[in-house]
Amino acid sequence: MSDLSDFDDMYQEVIIDHYKNPRNSKKLSGNYDETKAHNPFCGDEIELQLMISDDGIIEQVSVTGRGCAISQSSGSLMSDSVYGKSIEEARNINLNIRSMLKDEELSDEDLDSLGDSYAIEGVKKFPVRIKCALLSWAALKDLIDKH
Amino acid sequence: MDLERIRKDFPILKTRINGNDLIYLDNAATSQKPKSVINSLVDYYEKYNSNVHRGVHSLSVKATDEYEKSRSKVREFINAGRDEEIIYTRNASESLNIIAHSWGSRNINKGDDIFITPFEHHSNIVPWQELCKNNKANLKYIPLTESGDVDLDKFKSMIGTKTKLISVTHMSNVLGTLLPVKEIINLAKATPAITVIDACQSVPHMPVDVKDLDCDFLCFSGHKMLGPTGIGVLYGKFDILSEMPPFLFGGDMISEVTYEDAKWNDLPYKFEAGTPNIADAIGLGVACDYLKSIGMKDVWNHEVEIGEYIFNKFKSLDNFEILGEKSKEKRGGVVSFSHNKIHPHDIGSGLDRFGVAIRTGHHCAMPLVRSYGIVAASRASVYIYNTKEEIDIFIDRLLEVEEYFK
Repeated sequence: MSDLSDFDDMYQEVIIDHYKNPRNSKKLSGNYDETKAHNPFCGDEIELQLMISDDGIIEQVSVTGRGCAISQSSGSLMSDSVYGKSIEEARNINLNIRSMLKDEELSDEDLDSLGDSYAIEGVKKFPVRIKCALLSWAALKDLIDKH
Repeated sequence: MDLERIRKDFPILKTRINGNDLIYLDNAATSQKPKSVINSLVDYYEKYNSNVHRGVHSLSVKATDEYEKSRSKVREFINAGRDEEIIYTRNASESLNIIAHSWGSRNINKGDDIFITPFEHHSNIVPWQELCKNNKANLKYIPLTESGDVDLDKFKSMIGTKTKLISVTHMSNVLGTLLPVKEIINLAKATPAITVIDACQSVPHMPVDVKDLDCDFLCFSGHKMLGPTGIGVLYGKFDILSEMPPFLFGGDMISEVTYEDAKWNDLPYKFEAGTPNIADAIGLGVACDYLKSIGMKDVWNHEVEIGEYIFNKFKSLDNFEILGEKSKEKRGGVVSFSHNKIHPHDIGSGLDRFGVAIRTGHHCAMPLVRSYGIVAASRASVYIYNTKEEIDIFIDRLLEVEEYFK
């Protein structure tokens, strides 16, 4: 009989940690951009706030929401990965995450750019959950595309 | 009911999922198939595959004979009066759409009222929304009491000469709640309305008698009642079906075609344009045979017993809440539940690793699930082959999954 160890491919320790202790979950004050991403099929919600400096640096991030462990931890991981990065870097990380979940080859440099968000790699074996993993990244794309 | 013998009839129950025995608790979505149904498909394709209602050769005669015999079995299964009242469709969604298009577009006029309930599956909501938009009619909901029952008194005060169609699910696919369809049909008789029953969750699980119900239409899907996918049924009263124009046009549904015009074929063929789903229709007949051999009363009693068993297990669990009907008398073998913290997808993925298949999500009933203040729920739904031992394992595994995400 198997136990939940197979399962750890998807729910890695770092994912469970971010699910239970989400990072950057304090709402911003002052001048920030805001967007919401929503998956009506399962009810996952992500609210993303970014404070972007005049020279295009993501100076502050806030991610909140509700939903499954994958969608919520992915949001928390994303916030860590783009914190302090330039818009261009964030855009690049966003592309790399999508490539990774599509099982495309990534250079070492591109993999490094993901930071801890690399942990959601295991989700690629569970195609029905990829949408959960990408919800916060869709919100990110929405905000940085406006810049 | 010989549960051990029944389980042997379902080859899929020997499948291992992620190293565990399959525990299939997603029967409200689709049922598993007994060997006899699977064999009937192979038999048809290996021994008498041929088109129906056409050739004079032996194979075509045999295929036609088996196809029509199956129709008689379905007719008997729901106690309809005549074979012509049984129309084969792809599924209940198609059956409901035929009513909406073929009957609705001609008979629903501006300002008319169509009633459904808050319990409906999307397939019994969206066709009526579209019909109402197109014909400028009103889609109204039968009200509920505070305890969540259909409020028949209030409903009675809402219906009248403008009420033209009432379409109600026999049993909620989300909550397992039985609806008082007979009372609703009786109330409809004081109005010009026709009555439609979505019987997807009732025909597979309990004795259903269309003469006793006295509904005008009744729709169900074969794949939820041990039959193959791609075959469904539209039952309609002969006089009403006779007045309705065809839904699809083409071969088999005509009696005579000239270069300019065509005459429609008799019932039920008027509604079965093109080569029908012969193999799966025959398979559905075999599924009816199988259920009949067990007896629908026994099927129902078994499911209520297992449903009650699940229900009682949940009562002792903290953090979990059961949605909907609490009374055993008004509930079948469907239990939806939510956890105060863990999302249904995590619960479903966790149980899957243990070989336990449940449904998670909105269950094709978004408005109903949302009315509970949630967007998704987990659902365990049982059938004739499920055992109490399986439920014990399901609950044990559920608690392990809870521990994991806690």
